[in-house]
Amino acid sequence: MTPAITADKLTKKFGDFTAVNQISFEVKKGEIFGFLGANGAGKTTAMRMLNGLSRPTAGQASVAGFDVYREAEKIKQHIGYMSQKFSLYEDLTVRENIQFYGGIYGLSSRKIREQVQELMEGLGMREFANTLVKSIPLGWKQKLSFSISIMHRPEIVFLDEPTGGVDPITRRQFWEMIYKAASEGMTVFVTTHYMDEAEYCDRVSIMVEGRIAALDTPRALKEQFGASSMNDVFLQLTRPNQQSS
Amino acid sequence: MSTPAIQVENLSKRYGKDVQALDRVSFDVRQGEIFGLIGPDGAGKTTLIRILATLLLADEGKALVTGWEVRQDYRKIRRHIGYMPGRFSLYQDLSVEENLHFFATIFGTTIKENYELIRDIYVQLEPFKARKAGKLSGGMKQKLALCCALIHKPTVLLLDEPTTGVDPVSRKEFWEMLKRLREKGIAILVSTPYMDEASLCDRVALIQKGGILSIDEPEKIVSGFDRPLLAVRTNDMYRLIQDLRDFESAHSAFPFGEFVHLSLKNQIWPEAIHAYLAGKQHDGIEIKPAQATIEDAFMELMTREAVH
Repeated sequence: MTPAITADKLTKKFGDFTAVNQISFEVKKGEIFGFLGANGAGKTTAMRMLNGLSRPTAGQASVAGFDVYREAEKIKQHIGYMSQKFSLYEDLTVRENIQFYGGIYGLSSRKIREQVQELMEGLGMREFANTLVKSIPLGWKQKLSFSISIMHRPEIVFLDEPTGGVDPITRRQFWEMIYKAASEGMTVFVTTHYMDEAEYCDRVSIMVEGRIAALDTPRALKEQFGASSMNDVFLQLTRPNQQSS
Repeated sequence: MSTPAIQVENLSKRYGKDVQALDRVSFDVRQGEIFGLIGPDGAGKTTLIRILATLLLADEGKALVTGWEVRQDYRKIRRHIGYMPGRFSLYQDLSVEENLHFFATIFGTTIKENYELIRDIYVQLEPFKARKAGKLSGGMKQKLALCCALIHKPTVLLLDEPTTGVDPVSRKEFWEMLKRLREKGIAILVSTPYMDEASLCDRVALIQKGGILSIDEPEKIVSGFDRPLLAVRTNDMYRLIQDLRDFESAHSAFPFGEFVHLSLKNQIWPEAIHAYLAGKQHDGIEIKPAQATIEDAFMELMTREAVH
């Protein structure tokens, strides 16, 4: 099976500064892949290259079978993207947001009507259909954002720090949505600062100063570093000269 | 007993008709303790901290900071608290040093006079002291904001989500700084949406929808979770969660990293669960006793609350 994402010595330089330094990895289809790193480690730059938003300086990468140099537009059509600041339109209702994004993704009006029904039903949001997005709770916004980011059934969805600030039950409902999408074959690529989220991923990579310093399942990484949590693994990698407690 | 650093009694605050931001909240923060206010966005954390910082008036109830009442004695309180708002609110166009100098001047003091208190933190900023605050990294901004909140030697620190959006290394460093400040006798009220930070506090209040679910030492909140708890995994997480919820002895099933935490209505043999999952065609079944975490406790309290 072709991997969902392959990167081979992918590099990005800004002048003299190497933001991403020859990173190589593969993400399998249907995998939940965690992409971690400290502020400034190069996560965002790497993700922008994979999204077709930033042209690499060197190296190779393909996403959903498309080449990041020659087929950036195709990539954009085959991925979903959700960020923490994901732009739902606050002054549109829940229904209008779904209709709007359905239009952007080029779905037919019949398909859009179906999607409105399906999402309202699936999210249990019927009561909010005609509510402005700015007045629904944060947890609902995140679930809605995620659903909208995958309503065109992309092969891969990129989640950029998706679950900040919600209560533990809502956060778990969100992860269940991610598991569901993955169990249906969607590949999930997720960045986060929060190491407990890393433990939900099938595999995680940890970037340190532009390079991938570690890549494996959370379990194998914890074993390798003799750590009890991913937080310890992370601290050992990013502060190697200090004992973590 | 000395006067508590903060006393809050039946504090309520409403925004408009619909939003009950705080609903009869009561707690004390003792002198020299780190008290965590732990809850999701929208729980009322910011409202509470702003009332204590004398920036917002409560509708009802009483709030005292070092014995002074927030409404009448707000001038005194302001001289004795350090406040770090959730949003970075230093002067982006002033340098690190200029910001610090500015805050010192406002409080009628100098950097030199109180340097001892901020030294540990400021040495990390010193290499960048000529840099504009707006150009600092997230972790550095946070350190500068803490320095500015400390420059007049407050006895109480109010910190509104200081670690939100900050990477694990900076978070850890920040908590280490708070511990050192506690040793200097400063009482610290700190809010966070991240449950794992509870264990770093002396005591915590779990807060949700304007109400307090529980106040105690973090270990006691965790040990208050008294249901049998197992960690379960198989090769199909999504199906596992659904199947466990259908299991008749299940009280709740929530994903926790690579495992699902299954809490039970009554004690049963793990073999029974193994057999049940095998019957549902699960592979790679692994079941072991689990240690409850603060999140297990929080979720249990949340669901109990919902039942009432």
